[in-house]
Amino acid sequence: MINLETPKKHRVLVDQAHQVAMNMLRPISRKYDQAEHEYPKELDMLAAMIDGLSDSGSNEGAGATGVRRDESADDGSVKNGANLASVLSIAEMCWGDTGLLLSMPRQGLGNSAIASVANDEQLKRFEGTWAAMAITEPSTGSDSASITTTARLDGDEYVLNGEKIFVTSGDRADSVVVWATLDKALGRAAIKSFVVKKGNPGMKVERLEHKLGIRASDTAVITFTDCRVPASDLLGSPEVDVKQGFAGAMATFDNTRPLVAAMAVGCARASLDLTRDLLAQAGIVVDYDRPAQVQSAAAAKFLQMEADWEAAHLLTMQAAWMADNRKPNSLEASMAKAKAGRVGSDITLSCVELAGSVGYSEAELLEKWSRDSKILDIFEGTQQIQLLIIARRILGLTSAELR
Amino acid sequence: MSLINDTFKRGSAGASSSRHGLASGESRDAIGYAIAGLQKLAQNELIDRLGLRKQTEQLVFTATRNGFKTATVAGRQFGKVQRKSGPGKRPATANRSGLFDLTPTEDEQMLVDVVTDYATEVLRPAAAEANETCVAPAEVLAASLEIGLPILGVPEELGGITEERSAMAGTLVAEALGQGDMGLALAALSPGTVATALGLWGTASQQETYLPAFTGDDVPVAALALTEPTVLFDVLNPTTTATRSGDGYVLDGVKSSVVRGADSELFIIGAMLDGSPTLFLVESGAEGLSVEADPSMGVRAASLAKLVLSGVQVPAEAVLGETDGSTYTECVRLSRLAWCALAVGTGQAVLDYVTKYVNEREAFGEPISHRQAVAFMVSNIAIELQSMRLVTYKAASRAAAGKDFSREVALARQLCGSKGMQIGLDGVQLLGGHGFVKEHPVERWYRDLRAVGILEGSVLV
Repeated sequence: MINLETPKKHRVLVDQAHQVAMNMLRPISRKYDQAEHEYPKELDMLAAMIDGLSDSGSNEGAGATGVRRDESADDGSVKNGANLASVLSIAEMCWGDTGLLLSMPRQGLGNSAIASVANDEQLKRFEGTWAAMAITEPSTGSDSASITTTARLDGDEYVLNGEKIFVTSGDRADSVVVWATLDKALGRAAIKSFVVKKGNPGMKVERLEHKLGIRASDTAVITFTDCRVPASDLLGSPEVDVKQGFAGAMATFDNTRPLVAAMAVGCARASLDLTRDLLAQAGIVVDYDRPAQVQSAAAAKFLQMEADWEAAHLLTMQAAWMADNRKPNSLEASMAKAKAGRVGSDITLSCVELAGSVGYSEAELLEKWSRDSKILDIFEGTQQIQLLIIARRILGLTSAELR
Repeated sequence: MSLINDTFKRGSAGASSSRHGLASGESRDAIGYAIAGLQKLAQNELIDRLGLRKQTEQLVFTATRNGFKTATVAGRQFGKVQRKSGPGKRPATANRSGLFDLTPTEDEQMLVDVVTDYATEVLRPAAAEANETCVAPAEVLAASLEIGLPILGVPEELGGITEERSAMAGTLVAEALGQGDMGLALAALSPGTVATALGLWGTASQQETYLPAFTGDDVPVAALALTEPTVLFDVLNPTTTATRSGDGYVLDGVKSSVVRGADSELFIIGAMLDGSPTLFLVESGAEGLSVEADPSMGVRAASLAKLVLSGVQVPAEAVLGETDGSTYTECVRLSRLAWCALAVGTGQAVLDYVTKYVNEREAFGEPISHRQAVAFMVSNIAIELQSMRLVTYKAASRAAAGKDFSREVALARQLCGSKGMQIGLDGVQLLGGHGFVKEHPVERWYRDLRAVGILEGSVLV
């Protein structure tokens, strides 16, 4: 039966995440925006709390590792599981602060990658690690199939060489999931991911970036110089299956894109909530029943933003729901990411515009949210990459036909 | 000077920053207070100096695990018991599992399959000619009766086919019809719209009076007339008036874009009564009622007409539903929902058509779909179409469950009006000059999609 409400079973979790965001993240939001690269020690306490939540079972399996596809028998009934719980709680946390959410110990995108592609033995072995994700290189961004970092098998170890940039939590995490190619001549099929533990002498954090937004989150440049990792730390299968191609490593994205869409949804809602309040104080009340064109321009703009927000929110829930019910969701994940990414920018920037200098000033958080939102239309696949994926799916074209 | 200082302090570091960007409606619950305490604890330097941080975090872990367990149980919600009341029979609201779900029920799916066949095999082939003649062919309308369109929204005990509130089924049906042709869909849905309204708001006597005709073999043509020919028209503030006169009312005003207005035997008309918009049942034979054709940019198959009411006398029992504006407002919302569903269906027709076209049409030695400038337009159509669909479904499922859906339907209408029009626009653009000529249906869809967000009434679910 069609129903697009937040499921009853997840409502408690969402309320809890909202309270955490309001009472834990918001009070330190501006502090770590200004103190870039300072470790938010408050987060360890929060991480302990989240682990407690997880252990109590009341988080419905939400979190970075909630994206693992359940392989147990399908009884055909509709499921609302960990994927949905994850996007809902991540949106709430980003309503609090996106940068701090990205800095949450043990909740890195690398954790999602491990959950997506690791075998059961690896999953157990890497439980509790805090894993960052290293894909991008100085000359390879969206074109992730042409990465140049190499992995060479030497005995029972792989030797990694290369440079990775834009590694979120690259300095703070306990380990980094690194994409490297086993053989550049074999193309995308040869790209595998490796878990490299912090302290490995071949891995070095070169520097941290100074950024437009999400400044609470550290973004590292990491080099790998003859960095040796046990062969068993290659995630998934070491075989180069040219037919399967990129699918293995790329499967991570079907799982992480809805999470990033959820971040944009949460961040944008922070702006919407506050702007609605500020507009009301200025005497502008949005009337849902009256046509937008007979209301003030500000109210009409707000209606447009809220409609776009609702769409992004529901597209994100749809992608997660499909994952929970083991339906292929690559198209829907990209739709959610594309819509949420651009809507996140439009909403946060327009809210600054509506609030005028009140929005532009650091006295409010509106300007911060409009800086934080920008990255969400870039990482885990830019707007343009999402449009490309969607077009290929809809039009039935290969990457050779539609480049 | 001190005043300025005070003001400056309040402005910069005062009220706003201490609220951390929270809207005034935000409040802490019990857990919130506990977390706020924790946050203070986490910032405390003392626990670092005493080397207690790890132990404290362990304590937090345990306390949280136990504390939140309790919260989960306390947060459980139980379904409400429904109580029957009021005059006239009403469709029951749908039973809910509470799960997020995008799967239609088996009954809904069956209905959609039947209606999709009708839209594909009957509506689409008849659309181009009906657009020219501004008339829905008799056989198209006859077939709509066969598949039961007029009684879709009427409760079983009144001779209809629904067991529960049908807003979701109605939305899926309107979407499927819209995929065939929006103008013909309006023509086919118009009688059922009035029957659904009678089922929702009619008194026992109104239902007994009118519904047998709709559930029988000779279904009357009927129309829901809310739109008026006014610039910046606000449907909640109609200029058509109802004045008390003896036991009844006198109606005066003009209604525009009335579906099959010239053929309708029964109208539901919106008029202002004592400052509140109200619905009135008006039979076509009423003195003072005149009709003229009102052909418009699109949805021409719906035979749009202008309805002039001058001193039309109706009895006291002509009022449909409440006179406090509540029935009227609900009617407007349900009508907008139906328009959204039609827009989603038409948008899907555009997407399916252009997908095939851009893959076949060649330029510069390859299909034009191989160019990002073209392909990305198709992506955006797909994204916005699914956006429109999901927000519309959310509004519909809330309506079906008897929940307030005013916000959701407003957002759906906002999206379906603007993004729907964009889809119509891009549909023509993707075909270039071929999109501009009537050899292809995209120019018709362009004209039809402009109706969404403008016309009120006509259909409801």
